[in-house]
Amino acid sequence: MFTVAVIAVLITLALALTRAILGPTVFDRVLAGNSVGTLAILLLAVIGFLTGRPEFLDIGLTYGLLNLIGTLAVLKFFRHGDLAYDVEEERRP
Amino acid sequence: MPLAVDIISWVLIVLGSFFTVVGGIGLVRMPDVYTRMHAASVTDTLGGGMLILGMMLQAGFSLVTLKLLFILGLFFFFAPVVTHALAQAALHENVEPELAEDRRGRADAPGGSGRQP
Repeated sequence: MFTVAVIAVLITLALALTRAILGPTVFDRVLAGNSVGTLAILLLAVIGFLTGRPEFLDIGLTYGLLNLIGTLAVLKFFRHGDLAYDVEEERRP
Repeated sequence: MPLAVDIISWVLIVLGSFFTVVGGIGLVRMPDVYTRMHAASVTDTLGGGMLILGMMLQAGFSLVTLKLLFILGLFFFFAPVVTHALAQAALHENVEPELAEDRRGRADAPGGSGRQP
């Protein structure tokens, strides 16, 4: 039964990669990257259950936290062109 | 009783696999960024949620269940945050949503405040 889930997650990974390659704007690619992160967490959990060793869940949790920070960092970089952007600097004359 | 739990968890895992693939297909087939976000949220909530609920039923009552619960909470709190930030960044870069009718210039146009031409 976990084999079905692994196959489904792998198919969806391929579709998300297709969107990341095709995507016309940068936001399509960021969205596809975020989906790949989510699917990687699911794949880690399901493969852990498939092999009978569900110890990969800690890696999945860490990957989820890194996924959020990474996506927000990429969005901030493409909006301001700088990761250390400060709103106060813009208000100063 | 264990058989019933097995059947419920199998149904949840199969449904979760189905919704995961549906979200992936929507990610490829949808016409613009905003509708693709909608498709990706299907993978995040329905697909991932049902897969993880099924795995929680398979794991029984142990530390693994708690970790899976943390991952589920992570999905439910972080996926809307990322979607919100992405939609706001796309609107800020003037990525136009595809609409059935041209609503620009109307009084009830969405996002019309401060961005009038």
